[in-house]
Amino acid sequence: MTTSGAAVPIIQATGLTHTFTVGGRTVEAVRGVDFEVRPGEIIGFLGPNGAGKTTTLRILTTLLKPTAGRATVVGVDVNADPAGVRRRIGYVAQSGGTDGNCRVAEELILQARLYGIARHDAVRRAADLCDRLDLTGLADRPMKTLSGGQRRRTDIALGLVHQPSLVFLDEPSVGLDPQSRSDLWAHIRRLRDELGTTVFLTTHYLDEADALCDRILVMNHGRVIAEGTPDALKRRISGDVISLTLGGDADRAKAVLAECPGLDEIAVSGQTVRLTAEGGERALVWLLRTADRADLDLRSVNIARPTLDDVFLALTGSSLSENDS
Amino acid sequence: MSVISESLLIFTRQMRLSLRSPAWPVIGLFQPALYLAFLGPLLVRVAGAGVDGLPAGAAWRFFVPGLLIQLGLFGPLFAGLSIIADLRSGVFERMRVTPVSRFALLAGRVMRDTVVLLAQTAVLLAVAYGFGLRAPLPGLLLMFVFVAAIAIGLSALSHGLGLLVRSEESFTPLLNAAAVPLLLLSGILLPMTLAPRWLDVVSRLTPFRYVVDGMRTALYGDYTGSVVMAGAAVAVATAAVCLLLGARLFARRNT
Ligand SMILES: Nc1ncnc2c1ncn2[C@@H]1O[C@H](COP(=O)(O)OP(=O)(O)OP(=O)(O)O)[C@@H](O)[C@H]1O
Ligand SMILES: [Mg+2]
Repeated sequence: MTTSGAAVPIIQATGLTHTFTVGGRTVEAVRGVDFEVRPGEIIGFLGPNGAGKTTTLRILTTLLKPTAGRATVVGVDVNADPAGVRRRIGYVAQSGGTDGNCRVAEELILQARLYGIARHDAVRRAADLCDRLDLTGLADRPMKTLSGGQRRRTDIALGLVHQPSLVFLDEPSVGLDPQSRSDLWAHIRRLRDELGTTVFLTTHYLDEADALCDRILVMNHGRVIAEGTPDALKRRISGDVISLTLGGDADRAKAVLAECPGLDEIAVSGQTVRLTAEGGERALVWLLRTADRADLDLRSVNIARPTLDDVFLALTGSSLSENDS
Repeated sequence: MSVISESLLIFTRQMRLSLRSPAWPVIGLFQPALYLAFLGPLLVRVAGAGVDGLPAGAAWRFFVPGLLIQLGLFGPLFAGLSIIADLRSGVFERMRVTPVSRFALLAGRVMRDTVVLLAQTAVLLAVAYGFGLRAPLPGLLLMFVFVAAIAIGLSALSHGLGLLVRSEESFTPLLNAAAVPLLLLSGILLPMTLAPRWLDVVSRLTPFRYVVDGMRTALYGDYTGSVVMAGAAVAVATAAVCLLLGARLFARRNT
């Protein structure tokens, strides 16, 4: 099945389920999730609060035993050989994992050594990573003296210091300023490009998912409700929105333009004809030519791509940005 | 990597944190000296006069083992508080995602508590010597063996319980409720030879009764008699059971 180099999945989840019991009541956090991740992919996990993203990550990183279902991570079954999975992955938890009294470099070196990396090598890697994540001046500071974003970058460094081939980042960019965020994106891309690292991240930032991820899994109420590239998801939901403002009779324009190939919807409001169409650019060329031939008094044209937020709204019935308080 | 080198990595980290905390070494080493400073003057009187059940001059050899066990009950027994803090900060979860053996995560922490208690023991014995404790050297050395077993058992148990209880608010009262009866029943404060029959029986159901008797006998110069042997056996067995229990709790996944 891998003749053309299409690699074996690095993560394969089948029917993954997790149910918590809190005070006698059950919470179905993850309800039968199936997906695959290919090596070298940057994959984004999107979903409103409580969707089950962290729980899924905690299963894949062997912290939780799934109530049902199976998962293999880097070729190893999470149930059969959790220690084998741990050797091959890195994980940055949503709420971090640093002790205020520990120092940045010290903790990075320890973390590398816990993965069996020799001391001198661990020291070099820690210094290198501090450099890349802009922590160099902070290396000897106790973590309680760091700012929120600095501490978050330390969390990320701790998850990457042993250069795992697969890393799970649970909301890595929370609390980072725009500069640090774009530095982080650059670092993640470089990890993938230079080392072939597979990155599985969760985020609430749609621009982040859009800019960084090769593929997105949308989760809601414990289920994966959509998956695809950011573009495919956007296309799949609504198509591009084209608005044409006319000087003359908008209703006549509507009748002429309704022949547009790939048209989903067409509506008139005032002097504006609004169309939704698959592949907006092609439709636009056709629309302009047709308008010209039919002598329509075209004043202005606007084409808008759907954002992931629109996708989200359509899929879950709630906007992610409103949800994310 | 072997379990030993993994444990040493964790031990080094925990030890560094302890030494860095400004309160720890001061309280940790000052505390045993303070016990003696407050008890010593009274004991000098007792040692001179002799009281019921206590041969004159043996008072120090009687009380020092008790003080050592008390140090254990206030130190390693509460060590689990640190695992609750690590759970809360996410440090423990971070370490549980590494390939390090679950046992090493416990053992490194238990080693730290053991080393601290051994250091406190050295201080306490030295200060007690100043006050007039005289005991044969092998007996004194045996104190360290007993103390190590006590520290391992109490610390492992405490860390395991910490993972179960997960909140300081329940953990501290729970341990206080256990520590005080253990203390009273061990015969640390007053010899159990004074106890009525029912109390003696209850006392014999708790491990420290045997341990403290064994430690005292060792300080009197008897290293091979049945009392020392029983004390050592109970100390080692309790440590082993607690360590096993702690290791099982550390190996659980759904926490
Ligand atoms: N330890 C737990 N005990 C009980 N319920 C839990 C536990 N952890 C999570 N849950 C519940 O499981 C559901 C999924 O939680 P999860 O943390 O996976 O969501 P999430 O998608 O990561 O959300 P967020 O975007 O807020 O991080 C929620 O309803 C949550 O309340
Ligand atoms: Mg989460």
